[in-house]
Order: sequence, then structure tokens, then C-alpha cells
Amino acid sequence: MIQPLRIVNKTFLYILLSALACIFVFPFLWMVLASLKTNMQIFAIPPIIFPKPIIWKNYSIVWENVPLARFYINSIFVSSTVAASQVITSAMAAYVFARLQFPKKHLIFIVYLGVMMIPSQVTVIPLFIICRKIGIIDTYGALILPFLAYPYGAFLLRQFFLSIPSDLEDAARVDGYPRMAILFRIVMPLSKPALITLGLLTFMFTWNSFFWPLVSTNTTEHYTVQVGLAMLKDQLHMAGDWSTLMAGTVISTIPILIFFIFTQKNLIKGFSLSGLKY
Amino acid sequence: MREKRSLEKKHQTSPLRREDFITGIICLSPSLLIVIIFVIFPILFSLGISFFDWRIITQEKPFVGLANYVKMFTNPEFWNALKNTALYTLGVVPVGAAISLGLALLLNRNIRFSGFFRTAFFLPVITSTIAVAIVWLWIYNDHNGLLNIILRAVGMKPVTWLTSSKTALLSVIIMSIWKNAGYHMVIFLAGLQSIPESFYEAATLAGAGPFQKFRYITWPMLVPATLFVLVTNTIFSFQVFGPIYTMTGGGPVRSTTVIVYHLYVRAFEFQEMGYASAAAWVVFLLLIAMTFLQFRLSGKEKIL
Repeated sequence: MIQPLRIVNKTFLYILLSALACIFVFPFLWMVLASLKTNMQIFAIPPIIFPKPIIWKNYSIVWENVPLARFYINSIFVSSTVAASQVITSAMAAYVFARLQFPKKHLIFIVYLGVMMIPSQVTVIPLFIICRKIGIIDTYGALILPFLAYPYGAFLLRQFFLSIPSDLEDAARVDGYPRMAILFRIVMPLSKPALITLGLLTFMFTWNSFFWPLVSTNTTEHYTVQVGLAMLKDQLHMAGDWSTLMAGTVISTIPILIFFIFTQKNLIKGFSLSGLKY
Repeated sequence: MREKRSLEKKHQTSPLRREDFITGIICLSPSLLIVIIFVIFPILFSLGISFFDWRIITQEKPFVGLANYVKMFTNPEFWNALKNTALYTLGVVPVGAAISLGLALLLNRNIRFSGFFRTAFFLPVITSTIAVAIVWLWIYNDHNGLLNIILRAVGMKPVTWLTSSKTALLSVIIMSIWKNAGYHMVIFLAGLQSIPESFYEAATLAGAGPFQKFRYITWPMLVPATLFVLVTNTIFSFQVFGPIYTMTGGGPVRSTTVIVYHLYVRAFEFQEMGYASAAAWVVFLLLIAMTFLQFRLSGKEKIL
């Protein structure tokens, strides 16, 4: 009696999960489909689901008219510089918090924790004024310099460092290794998974940030993908040119989705870590 | 254990401690320098600016005391923005948490392809807000958007999702829940997986049904994860900007003007940096109050 009921239950579960998966995936397919239609096809009544014929030229139009490659290079350069720098500065700070005898380190750590909770809107206006004053508005400097370090990484890595046994470090100290060498030769290699996770999270976060790049850049030369996309939308939405807009959105989205598929294990783990370690 | 080790260290010879101090300075200064210049100083600076009539273009920036705050609290646009932000947060946070918990419970069992489903639910999290907002702008399109095509196909009247002040905010709320459900699901999943299997086994032996197991084991054990989801999502929702900027521009008739959008317009279109800083501080204080309240209500004051 129980067995058939279980199978029905399982089947129902799979159907439910598949339906839900459709809700989460279909908008992406819908975007791709729209990018392969003409605007005529898009607004046809009755609606056409699959493009017929398939229109590829939206992609060449958007690629030729909008410096998407430039936005891409900007985003990759900014995000990877910020991510690499945050991993290193965070590991160094976390090492002090986790292992060294340093005056007032607990106080500094508590300040770091407090700072993390402050919404970025509080700092964005003074940040703008400061960057204007030192003349780095609309340069890579504005996009990178303020984010070379951030408390979150130091917090995350401190927790991780505390969880690794210090035997190896103690042995190295007995052998007369300096602290600095221990950090770079022992602690950091041992923490590789945590460092990768932090790097990926920071990369994603920087890649997707919008408010600050929007206010701190004002020429296409320094637009990131997000700002470029928003500007593209401003132009094409008014004109009702959905097919070209969708092609631009696809181009800006697909690479990050591919990046995600290759790194998803680490990334999802990192995202779930961000919740647990509180 | 750690206590003991630090006690031992106190007795170590001073050259080692001096090495710690020097290494500490070298290791901490890059991080500390950046955080002080670009985070801590701006926080204080921001509070200062809120007492001035601060415009980027003019040389003179007169001190105006509390005038910016008075102007803000007597400005109906500010209250409207606050109301919209509260509605948005109330819409996104509880419903989003419930949906994410449901997804996590569905995936937290021995099923095939669970990795595939998890990836599918996570796709919108990875995609940038702007790209997602543009896609949904198209899904919500009055004429041939996906939703209205479906509505018409099942014989219902199409809805003017984003072009009516009655439904615009709701539409943005739905999109935001969709976008972030996967993230919160992963947090809940991690919470679920940290519950020892033995608890459920003991409950089964005691004759507990699935509902009782959820009520007396899963639910209480998930309090930290739930709290994290509620607190962080409240903080994020209060700062919503990207979807509003891209999808509605605050309209129609200011029905989706949230507080950060209001702040953005005032600071970067009207150059009223003082007024906008005052608004930012009000957001900040409200967030502190709400976070505190959420910890209080859950009885977990000491969790941080």
C-alpha cells in the first residue's frame, strides 16, 4: 500500500520542482527568443513564441553600435583587481585578528563589524565628493581605489583562520620562520578554499554593483557592463526597439552565466557561508 | 584553549612580541587605511554634510543646522518615498522568506537532479539586477509581454503591470522575490543541513508525524537562518535602487519612488548633497532600529 503512494508522491515532487525550475529559467529563454526576432515578430498578434526565421542581425547591430566589448573589459578589469586586492588585504588583516598579539585588535575588529552594517548610501555622497576632490571621478581609480579593502573579507577569513589548527604554524615558529612567511607560505595555502570563495564573491559583487559606477562614471570609456546596459535601455526602450535591447542584454549576461556554471560549487557554498558564519 | 594559548604568549620573550607588532602594522595597515579613508571617514563626513546646504557646483556651502532635516520631514515626497520603501520591504521580505524556505524544504531530501534544480533556482541570483530588470520590463510589457500573453491565452484581461500606479510597485516586488529566492534558499538549505539527523530519528521513535517534526525540530533549529534572511533582506530591500531606476524611474506618478531613488535624484540631479545626506542618515537609523527589533522579537539578541 505504501509503495505506490510513495511513487505518486515522488512524481508529484518532481513535477512541482520542474514547474518551479521553469519559472526561474524561462525568463532567460524568453530573453534569448526575443533577441532572435524582429520587432515586427515581437509585437505580432497573435504572439509568435519561436522566431521564424531566426534573426541574427540584432546581435551585430548592438555589437557595432554600442561599445559592449569596452564595458566588458572595464568590468573584468575592475572586478578582478578589486577581488584580488580584497583577498590579499583581507587575509593580511584577518591574520592579525586571528593570530597576532596586537594592541587594540579586538576594538578594531568590532569597528570592522559595525562598519559592515552601514548601508552604502550613507557613504556614497561623501565618497563622490572625495573622489571629485582628488580628481578621480570617471576614471578606473574611482571604481577601484575605494574597494581595495573591505571589512567583510577580513571577518570571513578570520573565522576561517581560527578554524585551522595552529600546530603547523607553531612548528614553523619554533624553526624560526618569521610571521610574514608563515602567513604567505602556510596559512594562506591552507586556506585556499576560503580565499577562492571570497575572491569569487567579491568579483560577483563588484561585477553586479550599479549605484556607485552609475554616479562615478560619465563617459562610455569607463562605463561598466551594468551602467552601459542601463544606458542602452534608456535609448532603446523609448524607441521600442526590444529586439536589439534583448540582444544587448543576452551579450551582457551569457558570459557571467558561463562563469557561474564553472564556479557554481564554490560560489553557492560561499553564498551559503555568508549566512551561517554569523 | 585559546585563552590558555594567549596566556602562554604573554610570557614569551619580547623580540617575538615585537615581531608580532611589526608584522601586525604591516598586515593591518593596507586594509585599515582603505577602510578609514573610504568607509569610516565618509560616514562621519556624511553626517557633517547633512547640516550644510552642500552643492557640488557652488563654492559656498553655508551651515544650515537642522534645516535639511526639517525640509525632509515636511516634504510629502520624502514621506511618499518612505511609504513606498516600507511597502516594498513588507512585500519582499516575509513572502520572499516563505517562498525560499519552501524551495529549500523541497530540495532538502534525497532526490535526483537536486543539483540541477538548485542551479536553476540560483540563476537569477547570479544575473545582474540591471539585466534581470530589463528582461522583466519586457515580460511586463503591456502589449506582448509574456505575462499578458499568458493572461490572454487563459481568457483573462491583460494587466498594465508597470504603467499603472496601482500595480507598478507590486510588479517590482514580484521581480525582486524571483531574483533573490535562490540566495535565501541556499541559506535555508545550509541551515537545514546543519540539523543533526538523529533529532529526526528520535522524533520518529517518539511517534512524531511530519508536521510535528517541522514544528518542534526544523522550525526552532532554523531560527538563526531565518533571522539572517529577514535581517539582511530588510537591509537590502530598504536600499533597493537598481530595479526602480531601470524599470519605472520612480513612476508612474511617483508610485515606485523609494527612499534611495529619492536620495539619488536629490543628490545627483538636483545637487542637494546636504538634503540627500540627511535622508541617508534617516535610512541608516531606521535600519538600525529595525535590525534591533528583529533580533528582539526572535529572542536572539546575542547572536552577533
